[in-house]
Amino acid sequence: MARILLKVKTKKHWLLVLLFSVIIAISGAYLSSVNIPVLEPKGVIADKEFRLLITVVLIMCIVVVPVFILLAYFIYKYRDDNPSKKRYSPDWDGNRLIEGIWWLIPSVIIGVLSVITWNATYALNPYRPIKSINPPIVVQVIALDWKWLFIYPAQHLASVNQLNIPLNTPVHFYLTSDAPMNSFWIPQLSGQIYCMPGMRTQLYLEANQAGTYKGWSANISGIGFAGMMFNTTATSRSGFNRWVAKIQADHNLPNLSFGAYNRLAKPTLYVPARYYRQPATDLFQAIIDKYMLPGFSYGRSLTPVSSPATGKGVV
Amino acid sequence: MSGAAYFASFWLGKLSLKALPPSAIQWFGASLMILVPLGIALLLSVTHRWKWLYHEWLTTLDPKKIGVMYIIVALAMLLRGGADVALIKTQQALSAGSNAGILSASHFQQIVTAHGTIMIFFVAMGLMFGLINLLVPLQIGARDVAFPFLNATSFWLFFGGMVLVNISLILGDFAATGWLAYPPLSELHFSPTVGVDYWIWSLEIAGIGSLLAAINFLVTILKMRVKGMNFMKMPMFVWSVLGSMLLVAFAFPILTVTLTLLALDRDIGTHFFTATGGGNMMMYVNLIWAWGHPEVYILILPAFGVFSEVVSTFARKRLFGYPSMVWAIAAIVLLSFIVWLHHFFTMGAGSDVNAFFGIMTMVIAVPTGVKIFNWLFTLYRGRIRMASPLLWFIGFVVIFTIGGMAGVLMAVPPVDFQLHNSLFLVAHFHMMIVGGVVFADFAAITYWFPKIFGFKLNEKLGRLAFWLWLIGFLLSFVPLYILGFMGATRRLNHYSASLGWQQLFIVSAVGAAIIGMAVGVQILQFAVSIYQRKANRDKTGDPWDGRSLEWSTPSPVPFYSFAKTPQVSTRDAFWEAKKQKQTSTPQPYEDIVLTKNSPLALVIAGGALIFAFAVVWHIWWLAIVGLLIVIATIILRSMDEHTEYILSASEVERLDRAYLKAGGLSK
Repeated sequence: MARILLKVKTKKHWLLVLLFSVIIAISGAYLSSVNIPVLEPKGVIADKEFRLLITVVLIMCIVVVPVFILLAYFIYKYRDDNPSKKRYSPDWDGNRLIEGIWWLIPSVIIGVLSVITWNATYALNPYRPIKSINPPIVVQVIALDWKWLFIYPAQHLASVNQLNIPLNTPVHFYLTSDAPMNSFWIPQLSGQIYCMPGMRTQLYLEANQAGTYKGWSANISGIGFAGMMFNTTATSRSGFNRWVAKIQADHNLPNLSFGAYNRLAKPTLYVPARYYRQPATDLFQAIIDKYMLPGFSYGRSLTPVSSPATGKGVV
Repeated sequence: MSGAAYFASFWLGKLSLKALPPSAIQWFGASLMILVPLGIALLLSVTHRWKWLYHEWLTTLDPKKIGVMYIIVALAMLLRGGADVALIKTQQALSAGSNAGILSASHFQQIVTAHGTIMIFFVAMGLMFGLINLLVPLQIGARDVAFPFLNATSFWLFFGGMVLVNISLILGDFAATGWLAYPPLSELHFSPTVGVDYWIWSLEIAGIGSLLAAINFLVTILKMRVKGMNFMKMPMFVWSVLGSMLLVAFAFPILTVTLTLLALDRDIGTHFFTATGGGNMMMYVNLIWAWGHPEVYILILPAFGVFSEVVSTFARKRLFGYPSMVWAIAAIVLLSFIVWLHHFFTMGAGSDVNAFFGIMTMVIAVPTGVKIFNWLFTLYRGRIRMASPLLWFIGFVVIFTIGGMAGVLMAVPPVDFQLHNSLFLVAHFHMMIVGGVVFADFAAITYWFPKIFGFKLNEKLGRLAFWLWLIGFLLSFVPLYILGFMGATRRLNHYSASLGWQQLFIVSAVGAAIIGMAVGVQILQFAVSIYQRKANRDKTGDPWDGRSLEWSTPSPVPFYSFAKTPQVSTRDAFWEAKKQKQTSTPQPYEDIVLTKNSPLALVIAGGALIFAFAVVWHIWWLAIVGLLIVIATIILRSMDEHTEYILSASEVERLDRAYLKAGGLSK
């Protein structure tokens, strides 16, 4: 390598070095000036995922860096217009020891990565509750055409395309879709999870810095897919409580009855934030359950009827 | 329903004037799709070439010609997929905030879907099968494939699928679902137009073509190797094709069945993948990736094979670690079937499931890494000629290694939660498929071009094209990694200006434009090379100092390939023969059995295309006609017992001597 660097004499080479330095300087300046959510986590889970990402990249460099060095060195040294003396062994086609080394070393590295992966996959299972001194709050998420509905059952309110959460408090999401499949993602707070019609998934996250974080759908769901963006506002517990109280006290806001839900569920584009009070009991479960009913088809609206089994309003 | 309406719906199904394109850009695309074939037809008429076309190409069963046709179709489709890129990149560079860009959401999504479908099925697969047709028989010393007629049928089915995709530009629309058309979005309720049906049926036809081709080449490699070439003496490209074809034979039936089930959901109201009625959309996602992941290796293995040949030829050295290479291919073949779930870690499976698939995915990095080290050590103590095929290899190692690193990163499920479906993923797989497969195909085209056409491609323009490709590619895709970290998801036709994504989208678009220039240079390269063909003529048959059997034939390869059956006792058979100065051991000419041309393969594929088009538009009488054509032609062909003819030894001798005289191949 040193010899290669010493050979950097000609004007052409220096120009290349200069060009690379300029590119790296501009990219560096650019990257430090912009917001890169995945690399700037503001929540417990996203932070662990970010650290894991960095660890894995560093471990991989053990193999990747030698590849680049060997490639550059061999190409430089053994090209046929290089006048310096070098060996040419056209029939040398194997060596058990050397080959053994590059079966073994990558295997060991992958072995290490496997252990890390196994542990991390359990530790960061999205269904795994986050240990915290504060009890979790529950939010039910329904992906619709083309907006997000958030139901806060304990707070008796619901919001569209606006998620408010208290700081340092685990948020336990239950997610489904009443539209094509979507993927729920707030990059600065946690990784994503699918929302599928007729099914329920779960996700835990916890914000540990106040702020507003963008969230969106990562899975194509039709013409309004690009507009499925929402803001996540993480505030102190008292700030969250004030928000809850404000919505509950606002009697101009509609109740989220089954009828109101059906009107909301109709396809709409780029929907601004809006709020509801008093979501119907079991609305979330009813949205999942309706897909199990015989004869149900997509796009049919939800009607509350008494279920003989439970006596509760289901569909 | 009135009598007239009933009449129309019986004869025309869902087809009506409403199927014509709605916007100016779409009209433009549609006119191209009509004008280009018309232009070709006109050219053929003016030059009185219809008979030539029919006898030399449309009815040929010669794998070399079929290979050339695969590659021509694939390169044409590369331009079509590239035009899609131009629209996608322009839209994404413009459409921030209040600017809605140049395309409607639906049109944008159709273009994204078409881009993915065309690039995978009709470019990458086409180039791969083209190279396999050209090279496998020659490299194993065979004059033909095991089933020549089946081979032509495979090609024409591929062609039929390609035609159907492009008809969608003129009549109706294309799927707006992403290239794998996940339900429920691809179900009738959310995609009521014929778009998804076009997608399904073009892949059904092309997919069956691929399956038949795989069976053909498996048998060819297993049964038709020349005497003396045992498994461990096969060229590495043949090994890689063997691995790839095994994968096709096991994976493509899954695709065919999955698409059929989706078609049944859409056409007769079954509930395989619906959210209602007991269906399960995640069953579709599992099935499509149980095909889709092996598909990635189906494409990359032959690319690895190409680079094995290129590296060892241009380093003038035996391939390092041949047995390791074979074991690496075998390991990749096995592992590629147990990693599919890594495409959807985010569906909420348990930790044990995700961890298992994540670890299996990482394990594939081991044999892949071994291959890269073996190539590097093939260069070590070699005598490297820096010709453009080797430049493509260097570009491949750089890009593929970066892309592979991104791949291992996403194999860790919790990291994948943050990168899934983002532009990081898009950058990753483009680095694997463009940096891996497409670069290999360009290397292969440059390397084997003189063997097929008898003259070399212009090297200067080839190098320029390479550097433009490399710079354009990095400029286009490195920003996508960063955009992925910024949270930008794939298939976005619009985004909020406040996110700060626009600059990087513009940089990426500039990169794409440079790639466009690179493609322009490549077209120029073909034109200039054809113009200068006399100066670039390959008179020796062995322009690169080659190693395997195809270089022992004159260039261009005669239709009977080998005048005398080649003799093989070692790896790199031709290289060894040259070394031992084994000048033509007096070996007698023999009668050669060759296959007669037949138009029936074209008829079968035509019937399949009619069937598919009719099913897309629900024109049931026409579907029955198409199906009957297919069945009747197969029966007709099966009855024909005179499908071969004999080229007598004396005739072979006469042709061969003429060739030797003309080419100066007097070794």
